[in-house]
Amino acid sequence: FVPGSLKKMSIFAEVPQAPPVAVFKLTADFREDTHPQKVNLGVGAYRTDDCQPWVLPVVKKVEKMIVEDNSLNHEYLPILGLPELRSAASKVALGDDSPAIKDGRVGAVQGLGGTGALRIGAEFLRRWYNGTNNKATPVYVSAPTWENHNAVFADAGFTDVRPYHYWDGAKKGLDLTGIMDDLEKAPEHSIFVLHACAHNPTGTDPTPDEWKKIAEVMKRRSLFAFFDSAYQGFASGNLDKDAWAIRYFVSQGFELFCAQSFSKNFGLYNERVGNLTVVAQDKDNLTRVLSQMEKIVRTTWSNPPSQGARIVAITLNNPELFTEWKGNVKTMADRVLLMRDQLKAKLIALGTPGTWDHITEQIGMFSFTGLNPKQVEYMIKEKHVFLMASGRINMCGLTSKNIDYVAESIHETVSKVQ
Amino acid sequence: MALLKSKKVISSIGTFSTSLGAVSTRNSSWWAGVQMGPPDPILGVTEAFKRDTNPKKMNLGVGAYRDDQGKPFVLDCVRKAEALISSKQLDKEYLAIGGLGDFTKSCAQLALGADSEVLKSGRNITVQTISGTGSLRIGANFLSRFHSASRDVYLPTPSWGNHTPIFRDAGMQLKAYRYYDPSTCGFDFKGTLDDISKMPERSVILLHACAHNPTGVDPKPEQWKEIADLVKKRDLLVFFDMAYQGFASGDIDRDAWAVRHFIEQGHNIVLSQSFAKNMGLYGERVGGLTLVCKDAEEAKRVESQLKILIRPIYSNPPMNGARIAATILNTTELYNIWLEEVHCMANRIIKMREQLAANLKSEGSTHNWEHVTDQIGMFCFTGLKPDQVERLTKEFSVYMTKDGRISMAGVTSGNVGYLAHGIHAVTK
Repeated sequence: FVPGSLKKMSIFAEVPQAPPVAVFKLTADFREDTHPQKVNLGVGAYRTDDCQPWVLPVVKKVEKMIVEDNSLNHEYLPILGLPELRSAASKVALGDDSPAIKDGRVGAVQGLGGTGALRIGAEFLRRWYNGTNNKATPVYVSAPTWENHNAVFADAGFTDVRPYHYWDGAKKGLDLTGIMDDLEKAPEHSIFVLHACAHNPTGTDPTPDEWKKIAEVMKRRSLFAFFDSAYQGFASGNLDKDAWAIRYFVSQGFELFCAQSFSKNFGLYNERVGNLTVVAQDKDNLTRVLSQMEKIVRTTWSNPPSQGARIVAITLNNPELFTEWKGNVKTMADRVLLMRDQLKAKLIALGTPGTWDHITEQIGMFSFTGLNPKQVEYMIKEKHVFLMASGRINMCGLTSKNIDYVAESIHETVSKVQ
Repeated sequence: MALLKSKKVISSIGTFSTSLGAVSTRNSSWWAGVQMGPPDPILGVTEAFKRDTNPKKMNLGVGAYRDDQGKPFVLDCVRKAEALISSKQLDKEYLAIGGLGDFTKSCAQLALGADSEVLKSGRNITVQTISGTGSLRIGANFLSRFHSASRDVYLPTPSWGNHTPIFRDAGMQLKAYRYYDPSTCGFDFKGTLDDISKMPERSVILLHACAHNPTGVDPKPEQWKEIADLVKKRDLLVFFDMAYQGFASGDIDRDAWAVRHFIEQGHNIVLSQSFAKNMGLYGERVGGLTLVCKDAEEAKRVESQLKILIRPIYSNPPMNGARIAATILNTTELYNIWLEEVHCMANRIIKMREQLAANLKSEGSTHNWEHVTDQIGMFCFTGLKPDQVERLTKEFSVYMTKDGRISMAGVTSGNVGYLAHGIHAVTK
């Protein structure tokens, strides 16, 4: 017996095999590798010095509270998400004493991770920014940027997603001239995706003075600031310091979006906790914006997941737990800073060709080593040290146990492969 | 620059002219042209309910199960699963884009049956989704991108209100087929067959697997067989929405019968599943999307493209609910408790239907209320007209959607009499 439909050509016959998402493929390859000294410097998740995932102590505490609280149920959250999460998260980004919050012109949408927050923001902008359903508004993303930024805006309907200069490979630092040039030349009302801190993948952030210059041009040329804040607290170890750029833009009168992720700074990766903070001119505009975002959410996921939201909301809204959380965040940030110091020191001690200041000048989880694709290939194939083709390494993958091997591997690679 | 729609004076920011709208100033907002979105018709009911101070008020709007005290019900198997999970002290690492393997496997098995040829040959791809909505949306996005043969999705009239905007936002065109017969408050079988016979080949037809929302009217097995035959003749792509497996009859296999029959008949279906209702996991957002493909090779290609669609929406799905569901489905003791609890929930609904019909009769209503007990699942399409609904809400504080749909889950032995009284008052 052959069911009728099998005789005809399948409707999916033309569906091509899509390439795998690079960063996940890297981890898959790493898992298959049997070399005893293999090191995974790929995907951006924090690891302890034993190379283990780390569930934050404050998270364990709060989770226990939730499981033991029989008064809690699994009912639907509102479409825009858990109110206690949204307001607390926006406060974390903008500051407790934010004038914009006091003015009642800050709102938020709970998103599924930072990705979800970005997507809701992108969908809204495509429908309602710079006219209605204007798919041609240019969206600028940094060169390089988190690879998913392109698809988020493209799938939201934008037809013109372009790079803006960012990383200067020659000097291994910020290409400020390139940024300013692109800002001056961008069509008015263009959208710029800005990394709030700990730029992914380069780890290179503008200084406060550089941010001021960027803000001045953006205001003058009516460019839209869409912040991606995935590492608040993780970069410097200090929440306020890492939010400086966002707060500066708000103080300069920008209406902006800020997509926040709590994946890294809360270690809640798989619970998908994010928040799109919306800063509008006034409450009236904010209300209308949120009402339209509600419609977008309703056809995407109806309402967001509650578990992760509860954990973050409880933590942020309880002074003791909040303090404990900040301590946990600093623990993670400090370990990364230590690994940066040590890697650079070891490379210098080995006499590795090139300059390695960028390892400690860069900030956050990632470092753009400057290794080229051939060198990356050598690192993976010959040394079993897994990193992205761009030369990006996740500092969290380094531990006191493997840092010597990694330093030696980089030394060997750079010496042998040009 | 779009003119402001609102005529409200916005105090200190910019200047305002009522005839011209906002005068563009240095400080005018990007969002001046954004219209106020209408409140969600279903969720808006709950908002209105909350504001009402009448102690006898009833919320028969949104479809969330309530126990006989009118309280949300956390299933025992869920609590047990949570305790088990908590004791394991798992990490929080990202799931794969397609979700938790333990979940997707058992989710597919639940729908298709453990002995399904599809599962044995590996020709399905099942991904974890953000409950039923997320599943429908990914499925719709996939069809929009890859089903080049047709843009048309046929929905039954009526259907869940959110179906239309989901498919529209995904880029599909909405069409309708007759389904509900208002004159009988039952199934318009002839109308359905008639409309299906006219659908262009390769169009997408959406079918509610069981417990049709909002009408509670399901085809009988014999009718499903005829529908399946005709759909095959028309070469239509079948998209099943199964949000109530177990909840309709109390029996998970019985409720999945139509889905399994279509597959046996050779339809390579698209299937959305939700665990919001049958496991009470509403806010945890647990769902699955299955595409039955020609063979395992095709399933791999389809899977790769689903990942490409999912990644720019939310990267990967939330763990908590899927882990709970997987634990229940894969632990015999918990699975059996779950089957019992689903059966109980369905039974309470059935009992409320019987009591409502009986109470209407003893109120002296002369109308035919058979449909209340004929219909199945969480919802009852009462047949009330919008003006009657309005009276029921205004005079009795009974909240429901304008189409006359009531969620039986909101009815209890304590308030069924009051409800019958109210319905009789507005229909006599």
